[in-house]
Amino acid sequence: MLNDWLFIGLFFLIVAIFPGAPILIAGLLAPKRTTPAKTQVYECGMETVGDTWVQFKVQYYVFALTFLVFDVELVFLFPWAVAFDKLPLVGVVSGIVFILILFVELLAAWRKGVLEWV
Amino acid sequence: MDPLQIIFFIFAVITLVAAFLVVTAKSLVHSALWLILALFGVAVLYVLLDAGFFAAAQVLIYIGAIAILFIFAVMLTRKDLRDAGSQQNGTWPLAAVLAVVLFAGLFFILSSWSSFGMPKPDMPAGANALSDLGLALVSANAYLLPFELASVLLVAAMIGAIYVSLIKK
Amino acid sequence: MEFLRDPISFIGNWLEGLLLGWKMAPSAATALIQLLGAFIVGTFSLALVIFTIWVERKLYARIQDRLGPNRVGPWGIFQTFPDMIKIFTKEYITPDGADKVVYNLAPILTVSAVILLWAVIPFARTVVGSDVNVGVLYIVAVGAIGTLGIIMAGWSSNNKYALFGAFRTISQMVSYEVPMVLALLVPVLLGRTMGINSLVEAQTVWFAVLSPLAALLFFFSAQAEIGRAPFDLLEAESELVAGYQTEYSGLKFGMFYVGEFLHAFTVSALTASLFLGGWRGPGAEQWPILGMAYFFVKTFIVYFFVIVLRITMPRLRIDQMLNFNWKFLTPVALVLLIATALVEKGLQLVGQDSMVLRTVVHLGMNLLIVWGTVEILRRSARKERQRVSEPRPVAIAPQTQASD
Repeated sequence: MLNDWLFIGLFFLIVAIFPGAPILIAGLLAPKRTTPAKTQVYECGMETVGDTWVQFKVQYYVFALTFLVFDVELVFLFPWAVAFDKLPLVGVVSGIVFILILFVELLAAWRKGVLEWV
Repeated sequence: MDPLQIIFFIFAVITLVAAFLVVTAKSLVHSALWLILALFGVAVLYVLLDAGFFAAAQVLIYIGAIAILFIFAVMLTRKDLRDAGSQQNGTWPLAAVLAVVLFAGLFFILSSWSSFGMPKPDMPAGANALSDLGLALVSANAYLLPFELASVLLVAAMIGAIYVSLIKK
Repeated sequence: MEFLRDPISFIGNWLEGLLLGWKMAPSAATALIQLLGAFIVGTFSLALVIFTIWVERKLYARIQDRLGPNRVGPWGIFQTFPDMIKIFTKEYITPDGADKVVYNLAPILTVSAVILLWAVIPFARTVVGSDVNVGVLYIVAVGAIGTLGIIMAGWSSNNKYALFGAFRTISQMVSYEVPMVLALLVPVLLGRTMGINSLVEAQTVWFAVLSPLAALLFFFSAQAEIGRAPFDLLEAESELVAGYQTEYSGLKFGMFYVGEFLHAFTVSALTASLFLGGWRGPGAEQWPILGMAYFFVKTFIVYFFVIVLRITMPRLRIDQMLNFNWKFLTPVALVLLIATALVEKGLQLVGQDSMVLRTVVHLGMNLLIVWGTVEILRRSARKERQRVSEPRPVAIAPQTQASD
C-alpha cells in the first residue's frame, strides 16, 4: 500500500515543479518595464482610497462553518459506506440516523434564515 | 538508514518548523499558512503509518475546511490586516524552559512503553482497515455511541453558526 | 503483440527489467519508474489541455453559428500554440504591496491541485497512476487544496475587490462540495470500495444507470465546484473585474486559465470513470489499449456536455447559486443517500443477487425521488404564483376636490 502512496508523493514533488518552471521561464522571457502607474492596485481605474480591509459580512463565515459540519459528517460516512456489506441492519439504520440528524439540522437552519445571502 | 525513516525525519522537521513559525510569524495570515503546512506534514506522517484514510481526511477537513475557516475569521474580524508590535513578550525564556521540561517528561513516559524504538510492524495481509473502521463505527459494542454523539456535536456547531448569523440581524 | 495489447505496462516492465539488469536495488527501480510515470502523467495532462482548449473554442463557435479558429493549421488546430507564446512573453505586473511569496505561490498551488487529480484516474485496467484505496477521498481532499490557492491569490493581491472575489469564489466552491461528496458517496456505497480503479471494476452495470440522480448531482455540483458556467459568476467580466485573478498577468494568469480548463476536463474524466464505467467496454479486460480508447471516448462525450452547458445557459446570481445548492441539491442528495442505503441493504437482506433486479429497483427509487422533488417544486411554485397574483392593496391617490 505504501507503494501507491509513494507514487502520490513523487507526483506531489513533480507537480510542484510543473507550473513553477514555466512561470520562471516566462519571467525570464517577458519584458520588465515597471512604471508606477502599472503597479498600482486596480480599482476600476481610480486610486485606492483607504487601506485594504473587508467589510464584516458574516455570511461568508456561516457558509464555511456549515460546510465544515457537513464535511466532517461525510468523512464519518465514508468508512460506513465501504463496510456496508458486513453491517447488520442496525448498523445501516444508525448510519441513517446520523444522516437524518444533520438533515433535520439543515432544515432548521433553512427555517431560521441562516442560508440566505443577504 | 531506512528510506521510510529518512522521509519521516524530513516531514517531522517540516512539521515542527512550520508549527514554530505559526507562533512567531508577524502576520496573522502568514500564521494561518504555516499552520496549513504543519497540518500537511501531519498528514504525511499518517501516510507513513499506513493510515491513508486519515491522511486524506486530515487534508480534507483540516486544510480544506478548518484552515479556510481560520483565514476567513482572521480576514473578516480585523479592520487592519497588518500587524504591529513584537511577537514575543518578556517571559519567553521561562516558556522555553517549560517546553523543554514538558518534552523531556513526555519522552520519559513514552520510553517506558514496550514498543518504543521498534520499527513499524507491517499490516497483516488481507486486513481491510477501512472496512473494519466502518464496522466498528456502527457496532454497539464499539463506537456506536460516540458516532451518534458526533452528529449531535455537529448539530451544536451548526447552532453556533445560526447564533452567529442571528447576532448580525 | 504483447506491446499492442498493453503498451504502457509493456514499457514499464521492460524498463524495470533493464534497471534490474543494471544491478539497481528493486525498491529504487520501482521508485524511479514511478517517478517517470508521474512525470509522464503530468506532462500528458498538460498536453491534453492544449487539445481541449481547441475543442472548446471550435464547439463554442459552431454553436454560436460562427467558425472559430481556422487559420493556424488545418481547422485551426495549432491555435493554442501562438496563444501560449503570447502569454509567455507578457510582462508580470506585480501590484504594490502584494505579498510576494504568497502571490507567486497561489497560481502554482491552484494548478497543482488540478494536476494532482490525474494520479488516481484509471486509463485502463493496468494503466493507473496509483490505485490508493482511498481514491475518492483523495480527490475531494485535493480539490480542497485548490480552494486554498484561490484564497491566497485573493488576499495577496492587496486589492479589496480581488479579496471580495476570492471570498465569493470560496463560498461557492465550498458550498458545492457538499452535494458533490454526497453524490460521490453513492458509487462508494454501491461499489463497497473507495479506490477508483476498484470502483470501475465494480461497475458491471454502469452506476449512471443504477443511480442516474447521483450522476446528475455529481455532474452539476462539479460544474459549480470548478466555476464553470452557468456558475461562472466569479470570472464574469462585468463583476469585480476578474475576481481573485484581477492582479495577475502573463503566465501566472495563464496558469489559472489552464488550471480551469484542465479542471473541467478532469471532472469529465472523473464522471466517466465513476459513473459511466470508465475503461469498461467489450474486450477491455484483455486489451487494455481498448480500455484506454473507451475511457477517452466517454470522457470526451461528457466534456461535450460540459461545453454545451456552458454555452447555452445564462449565468446565475450568487444568491440564486447558493440557494440552489443548500435548498435543493443538498437535501436531494441526502435523501438519495438514505434511500440508496435502505434499498441496498434491503436487497441484501432479502437475498437477491440478480443484477437486473438490483438495477431496476435502484433506477425505480431514483425516478421516485426525482418525481417527488418535481412534485414539491411544482407545489411550492404554485403557492408562490398564488401569493404573487393575489390582489395587493394599491395606493389610491386621494380624491382631489375639483378646485373651482
